[in-house]
Amino acid sequence: MKEELFVSGRNIPNIDPYLHIWHWQIPLYLYLGGLAAGILFFASYYVIVGKEKQMQTTVKWATIIAPIALILGLGALFWDLKHKLYFWQLYTTVRFTSPMSWGAWTLMAITPMSIIWVASYMREMFPKWDWKFEFLKKFEAWVIKNRVPFAWVMMALSIILGVYTGILLSAFNARPLWNTSILGPLFLTSGFSTGLAAIIWLSKDEHERKALSRIDLIFILVELFLIIHLFMGFLASSEVKAEAASLFLGGEFTVIFWVFVVILGLVFPVILESLELRGYHIPAWLPPFLVLLGGLVLRFVMVEAGQITRFLY
Amino acid sequence: MRYAMAIDTAKCVGCGDCVVACQTENNVPHGYCRDWIVENVTGSYPNVQIELRSERCNHCDNAPCVRCCPTGASHIVEGGIVLVTHNECIGCGACIESCPYDARYPHPDGYVDKCTFCKHRVDKGQNPACVDVCPTHCLHFGDLDDPNSDVSKALKNRKWKVLAPEAGTKPQLFFLT
Amino acid sequence: MKTRRQFIKISAAGAGAAAIGLHALDVKGLSILGKDSGYGPASDEELTPYPTYCEVCFWKCAAWAYVDKRGRIRKVIGNEDDPHCNGRLCPRGTGGVGMYYDEDRLKHPLIRETRPDGSPYFRKASWDEALDLMAEKMNKLRMEHGPECLALFSHGTGGKMISHLVKAFGSPNISAPSFAQCRGPREVGFTATFGEDVMSPERTDIRDTKCLVLIGSHIGENMHNGQIQEMSHAIENGATIITVDPRFSTAASHSKYWLPIKPATDIALLLAWIHVIIYENLYDKDYVQKYTYGFEELKEHVKNNTPEWAYGITTIEPEVIRRTAREMAAAAPATLVHPGRHTTWYGDDTQRSRAIAILNAILGSWGRRGGFYNPEKVHLPSYPHPPFPKPKRSWKDAYPPEKYNLVTEVLSTGICDATIPNPDLDCHLRGWIVYGTNLMASLPDQQKTLEAISHLDFLVVIDTMPMDITGYADIVLPECTYLERYDMLRTSPHREPVLALRMPAAKPKYDTKPNWWIAKQLAKRLGLEEYFAWNNIEELLDWQLKKIGSSLEEMKRVGVKKFKREYDDLFFLEGLPDYEFNTNTGKIELYSTSLEYEGHDPLPKYTPHPEPPEGYYRLNYGRAPMHTFSRTTNNHNLYDLMSENSVWINPKVADLWEIKNGQYIWLKNQDGIISSFPVKVRVTERIRWDSVYMVHGFGHTDKKLTRAFGRGASDSELVTKVAIDPVMGGTGMRVNFVTFIKENPRRKREEVES
Repeated sequence: MKEELFVSGRNIPNIDPYLHIWHWQIPLYLYLGGLAAGILFFASYYVIVGKEKQMQTTVKWATIIAPIALILGLGALFWDLKHKLYFWQLYTTVRFTSPMSWGAWTLMAITPMSIIWVASYMREMFPKWDWKFEFLKKFEAWVIKNRVPFAWVMMALSIILGVYTGILLSAFNARPLWNTSILGPLFLTSGFSTGLAAIIWLSKDEHERKALSRIDLIFILVELFLIIHLFMGFLASSEVKAEAASLFLGGEFTVIFWVFVVILGLVFPVILESLELRGYHIPAWLPPFLVLLGGLVLRFVMVEAGQITRFLY
Repeated sequence: MRYAMAIDTAKCVGCGDCVVACQTENNVPHGYCRDWIVENVTGSYPNVQIELRSERCNHCDNAPCVRCCPTGASHIVEGGIVLVTHNECIGCGACIESCPYDARYPHPDGYVDKCTFCKHRVDKGQNPACVDVCPTHCLHFGDLDDPNSDVSKALKNRKWKVLAPEAGTKPQLFFLT
Repeated sequence: MKTRRQFIKISAAGAGAAAIGLHALDVKGLSILGKDSGYGPASDEELTPYPTYCEVCFWKCAAWAYVDKRGRIRKVIGNEDDPHCNGRLCPRGTGGVGMYYDEDRLKHPLIRETRPDGSPYFRKASWDEALDLMAEKMNKLRMEHGPECLALFSHGTGGKMISHLVKAFGSPNISAPSFAQCRGPREVGFTATFGEDVMSPERTDIRDTKCLVLIGSHIGENMHNGQIQEMSHAIENGATIITVDPRFSTAASHSKYWLPIKPATDIALLLAWIHVIIYENLYDKDYVQKYTYGFEELKEHVKNNTPEWAYGITTIEPEVIRRTAREMAAAAPATLVHPGRHTTWYGDDTQRSRAIAILNAILGSWGRRGGFYNPEKVHLPSYPHPPFPKPKRSWKDAYPPEKYNLVTEVLSTGICDATIPNPDLDCHLRGWIVYGTNLMASLPDQQKTLEAISHLDFLVVIDTMPMDITGYADIVLPECTYLERYDMLRTSPHREPVLALRMPAAKPKYDTKPNWWIAKQLAKRLGLEEYFAWNNIEELLDWQLKKIGSSLEEMKRVGVKKFKREYDDLFFLEGLPDYEFNTNTGKIELYSTSLEYEGHDPLPKYTPHPEPPEGYYRLNYGRAPMHTFSRTTNNHNLYDLMSENSVWINPKVADLWEIKNGQYIWLKNQDGIISSFPVKVRVTERIRWDSVYMVHGFGHTDKKLTRAFGRGASDSELVTKVAIDPVMGGTGMRVNFVTFIKENPRRKREEVES
């Protein structure tokens, strides 16, 4: 029988017996970040390919969610800090080895941009809207004129944002569950998929919804593919990784992951959306709701379970 | 100059003196510790072996906590000691997540704290508090680049190992077996 | 009048008021210094050192207490000149600051009162009131029954002053539980053999030994600082360590040989070793020839104690017994068979200590390097005082005459016996003073102690913490900790005579006073001032120091002073000079004439001891290096290291009982006593399947110990069966067996009643 234990009474709050430094704020932020990234990506994409008129919701209405999500996410992040008064130190330096630093700066760039994006469509969405000040009206005109380059920049930033939510975790290779390069693409795909789901839910345009559903279907299938490979990778890897995987294959996270994230969050939406594309009548809100739920639970489970896994003891 | 520590597991009795001495020297809050003792038991009665290890931050050469710090509060100073500048730390917890040895903890005052190799003593030519108090003399400290330092001599004649080498952090705490 | 002895939990009301004072730097949850935890380490330049010596255990390592500019004690570091610690304190010494900062300390004198409804409670009192009351009771006792009816239990340096007072008062009943409950058997066993005892600190030359045999000693878990340092030194020099222990102790893990002996069979192993060493001619012939008496009798006695015979009893293979015996002989005379310290196990402990002494003798280690050295201590003159009155009676009268002739110190259990009224005796002890020892945890058979207490006219407890014994007192006097007071100089025996000073590093907190002040104040009220003719203790210490060529001022500067030995006889038998031993025959008595004269076996015999019945396991207990008995369990620094004990259970036994690691269970012993609190289970391969192991000192029942209350279980309350050693009255405590109860036994009883 093997025993490994602390004999000097070590019992640090939130570290022993299992690490629990990040609570709900971080997974919420990752989720909202991914969601915003997805929405902004497709908004910029359709502007660039000139399909703005056909994809009104994508480009205009759904983007309102983005800044709200980003600000809420940033709020959650700020709340999680333990040394809040010094949060501004984040913005005194750029550290290329720290994904958290990229994240801070990317958010610093994309949040105002998303606000500007929405602001530039305000008069199209709410005809009575009036920018009171002259310089704002000038600014609006400038943005509308340069919408395509603006969209390129935003598309690039949204990809970085989406990938960053996954790379943030995979940079911590001390947590075996996160120590995989699949996490970045997985969270990116998930973020895009949830973004699409949000747009589909909001959209009233049949044509737009069909187009986006097709794309969403592909993303969900990619996500399933990545998840399967994630687990295959863990099981084939070192002991700590196999132990990490076992949390999901018989351990405490088995039910919540496979039921809520995979079956309800991925498999059901695939089936429902395929049926819808074939002409069956499905309640319009159901597939997007499941996708959104699945994405949220995925983030929570990964952050929670990841902190439980460890190299030693 | 590269500071490191060697822990002689053949002598350690797991008394916890290093833990208390660090707490009184560095005014560590109750309930937290910068170093700790791990007991590892293998075998079955009566063929049993135990290993007692006094562990702390490994002050790694390739420290993941320094790499992932978004503000640069976690940094390495001359001699390889990894430190945290309290008023640059935002308490994000990234460094805690990135340490495979779970050596860091969030201090009640907000910043992240850990073993500092008692830099305030090392700068004056003294040893860290834990090394100076250990009754079995099982802790050796010094400059790896100096062949006459306590730690270099300890490593020369004995077999040693590090913890979790597969994590790639290049830790500077050596356990003499 | 049994109701008077109801246990009173020291209430928070009286004690709480003073806690919210200017001294309240102790905010819960933060560092020892409280709110200012943001301040990092204090540089040594900003700290002032005060010399002291530690009082957390009896080793009394000299140290420096570092105080910062705001008068707060920050840390305690060992004094480098002190041979007890060589500059390095053990975890309890380093954590000693926790004793000073403990908010649960006794803060005011307390006097027991009774409410109209009959329930007892403690009332805060002034020192004058408390001391007046105590003196009144002592005077009454002296007049009605004689001063010999007073007894003192004392443990620690401060006890010296109180002992002085009690002797001046006229009582000879001064006891330290560490004799009958701990080292008594080995002192008597070694004195019977060598004419001298092992002393404290032990006169063992572990540093230079080439072969250290630990039979019933768990150095490394019992943190005798000097011994652990020396053992580490020995390991460094390649010494062979042989550990005999049913449990895989820390010492066993650093040993070349671990002999997993069946409990209660140690004498068989010792006899087998003696047999091998004699019959294979491995003993030190010159030494034996010159210094010992009774070799032929010994040889004849162990004729049949072969390793094969011992194998059947101890389960240790004969080849291993032979190999280890040969290792011991090869390293002789630098072979040390450690006498152990807590030797009160099964009732035949003096005989077992005799066997160890005999083994050392035939290996020739007594008086030689690597074995036992001859310590010397500084002889301080006592301050002049009138001669002590001669007592007419003593505790020994409770026993048949000549019963404990070989006993060299007062038996604490003897005091209990002498307190319980007996139709054969014309009087019994009526007043107890308890200084610095928690009798509920140090004496076995708690019911007997409580019964004795119920017959007392008064019980006074002097302590720093509200330990369990304080709940039974009539008067509780709060002493300040060792960091806040002067004390008598430490003059312990060691390789060189050495002196250590204790001076206060801070003013006494709350309304606490040092022992010398308490003694002197009592003396005034008892008319014994001439025995305390100095004005204050500094005057006394300076007087003593000046007589030996030093001064208080010098000691304050250096803390520790070493002197030259008077005689150059550290290893007095090196080279085999002529020597007369302090025994009947003038030689080392392998065959003990003094034991024979008292009617005991002159040579140790193996007697089998009762084994645990089905479903029961022998209760073994021991120490942890981060705690001293029950004294430190509330100390915040040490509590952080170990907050509760656990019961070690072998995995096969755990499987049988379906008990899991980390589960909490209750223990019930063979007399039906159930532990007050549940204890955590540690399933480990380090323990045999016929025994369980617990660290002593937990399971406190006094709620005022806010951290220690209810944590872990008390092994002392399960020690109800005691095996009395016929030679010296030692209380063998390893004869209790426990079984496991998985569900709360008290809840079950409540359910049935409702």
